[in-house]
Amino acid sequence: MRTTPTAPRPAVRRLAFGIGTIALLATLAACNREQRRFRESPPSTSPSAVRVSALQPGTVQDTAHAPGPYDDVAYHVSEGQRLFGWYNCAGCHANGGGGMGPPLMDEKWIYGSAPEQIFNTIVQGRPNGMPSFAGKIPTPQVWELVAYVRSLSAQNSTGARSARSDHMMMYPGSGSLQDATTPVKSFHPPAAEMP
Amino acid sequence: MARCRPVVSRRSVRAVTSVARMRVVVTVAAGVLAGACTREGKPEPPRREAASALPPSAAPRASAVLDAEDGQWTMPMKSYNGIRYSQLAQITAANVKDLRPAWTFSTSVLRGHEEPPIVANNTMYVLTPFPNILYALDLDGNKKWQYEPNPQAEAQGVACCDVVNRGPSFADGKIVFNTLDNHVVAVDAASGKEVWKTKVGDINIGETMTMAPLVVNGKVLVGNSGGEMGVRGWLKALDLASGRVLWTAYSTGPDSDVKIGARFKAFYPKDRGKDLGVNTWQGEQWKIGGGNVWGWVTYDPAANLVYYGTANPGPWNPDQRPGDNKWTSTLFARDPNTGEAVWAYQLSPHDLHDYDGVNESVLIDVPWKGQTRKALIRADRNGYVYLIDRTTGEVLSAEPFVYITTSRRVNVSNGSLEYVPGKKPQIGEVVREICPASPGGKDWQPSSFSPRTGLLYIPHQNLCEDEEGVEANYIAGTPYVGMNVRMYAGPGGHRGELTAWDPVAARPAWTINEKFPVWSGTVVTAGDVVFYGTMDGWFKAVDARTGAPLWQYRTGSGIIGQPVTYRGPDGKQYVAVVSGVGGWAGAIVAGGLDPRDSTAALGFAAAMKDLPDATQKGGTLYVFSLP
Repeated sequence: MRTTPTAPRPAVRRLAFGIGTIALLATLAACNREQRRFRESPPSTSPSAVRVSALQPGTVQDTAHAPGPYDDVAYHVSEGQRLFGWYNCAGCHANGGGGMGPPLMDEKWIYGSAPEQIFNTIVQGRPNGMPSFAGKIPTPQVWELVAYVRSLSAQNSTGARSARSDHMMMYPGSGSLQDATTPVKSFHPPAAEMP
Repeated sequence: MARCRPVVSRRSVRAVTSVARMRVVVTVAAGVLAGACTREGKPEPPRREAASALPPSAAPRASAVLDAEDGQWTMPMKSYNGIRYSQLAQITAANVKDLRPAWTFSTSVLRGHEEPPIVANNTMYVLTPFPNILYALDLDGNKKWQYEPNPQAEAQGVACCDVVNRGPSFADGKIVFNTLDNHVVAVDAASGKEVWKTKVGDINIGETMTMAPLVVNGKVLVGNSGGEMGVRGWLKALDLASGRVLWTAYSTGPDSDVKIGARFKAFYPKDRGKDLGVNTWQGEQWKIGGGNVWGWVTYDPAANLVYYGTANPGPWNPDQRPGDNKWTSTLFARDPNTGEAVWAYQLSPHDLHDYDGVNESVLIDVPWKGQTRKALIRADRNGYVYLIDRTTGEVLSAEPFVYITTSRRVNVSNGSLEYVPGKKPQIGEVVREICPASPGGKDWQPSSFSPRTGLLYIPHQNLCEDEEGVEANYIAGTPYVGMNVRMYAGPGGHRGELTAWDPVAARPAWTINEKFPVWSGTVVTAGDVVFYGTMDGWFKAVDARTGAPLWQYRTGSGIIGQPVTYRGPDGKQYVAVVSGVGGWAGAIVAGGLDPRDSTAALGFAAAMKDLPDATQKGGTLYVFSLP
């Protein structure tokens, strides 16, 4: 068997380089979770021509939605959680279960679950009670809210989701937020005191 | 590489999380145990045991002034004194078992139906929740006309507790009612034509209207909702003929706004002083301080006074509003002609738990220490049944009708509610076993009173809760609460009760436990039958003297409405109720909420997890009669 011990063949070298590049890219992707830009260049303003209905007369032209800029960045999801309380979103949607407004942690979406659809719902408002926050919340903060809202129904990566609030949940670990695998229906609530 | 070990760190984070979860379980269990131990160690707030039967008929009993029975039901309370008592006696404890549906009518609305049908001039009027459609029906169910006010759909987004309406009122040939988007409307009762429509509030500051107007001396008395949105409460009088606003009495602010003047005389020193509606707040917080008027107004024609209570202060988070927060959670007596306050009594000063004071004040006469006192009786959110002299505002008695951990007692000598310090909610801390929960021992659902038995029939909850304070931001037109809440059943595990209360003895005569909160009103008749509905759809009749179950019928949805009874053109007695689950208690069904979040619906969804298995939404009117 003849070998060339001095240097690997170009193909092998290319392969090694390729593997290295992939590894680096994968690593960088994983690190997005911690990505934080101190000088924020705001994501482009409102997305244009976002479909709220999947029904398109004639030929279906497009079905894809652009990803949210902050969906997988833990810092922004966590900021979104803070802003969700700050702007009183939680006043209507509670911590995802809803109240005056619909729940955000289930699989039902009236106006779409894609990042740009949620963005538009926040900015434009919706006629049955969702206020329009246009001109009230800066665009980057809206995207942070979008990232947090999507995390409530586990639509972004697990690694980016923010802290849970087990201490107020009925059964810690099972009835907690951001756990889309928890069955919706359950059991009787416990009594405050046994009879 | 050192910076990037996401996989490993995620695993360890998960491991830590699951340990933390277990620790939380243990802590919760320990907390429950500790709570139980503490309660055994110190004197428990008294919980009254139900007596087996009524006091003997010779014993002194409460009574009420009765108008001549016209067989109609022209306002939600039937009469100004709010007793919801009918002198019709065809349906009795003996024959009610034969009651069966005569006809039904779909309202076409799926949200919570808290309203009563109204019967006047052989016509039944049914007002739906948002979009507040008013139907006029012949008494065989044929539709005469319908009127649609087309309220702004956006109003649904500022209605705290479902988009309910508590009913219209008939007066002087008109049906008057409030719309969710703050219009008071008068419709000609015969033709269905709009007579006038006056806008009195603004959804952009979070205002809505859900209460039933009371018409007194040609004036339509209406109040606003919005205690969860930082809305300043008021009661307004509109001219029944023109719809013009005659006066406005705010619940907070300077005496001139509250209409406190020369005639005002509070019974207790704690409620005396100048501009308490400003001085018991910090800065200008009174301008967004709540005290809304979304409950019941009763009227004593002899004294020419109306009685009503104001709602909770805003935000719920008490740390953000130091002071007594007058005049929130307060009972007012006013002259309906001028709006002047004659007396006031703050039931829950610096309210800590959303104990609104809006519940009905039922006007009765009570033998009290050898005298007959003109009194009002009210089962309050804070857990006490108050018996109050309605001419002076003196508290004659205040006894618990539910399990209470938040206060020790009401001191009748100085009128103070004595709070238990450890039950005050804190920012960033969870306070557990707060009883009664925020909807109170009883919420808006109205009681009835029978002069025949002398008993008050109180529909109510048996709920406790945990609370965690968070900082509330005031943004006009959005919620202003600042509290994470989760509710659960109180002692015994049942979540609702119907309590027959003896005002003289200040104790229950009997109590019926229900699985779900009893969120419907009650009505009692001269046939000694009490009617009420349950959230799993049963319409029930029980014996007014003993509480023995007599009859029940399964309707299409949970019942949270107000039953009524009337005499039809055929001379027969009918009983009617609107079925259609919702309201704050039924929001989990009406709003499709997700109870995996225990704080959904301000914590109420947690206590109602099993309601979606028990009922579906949908509004239907049911009318019952004997064969």
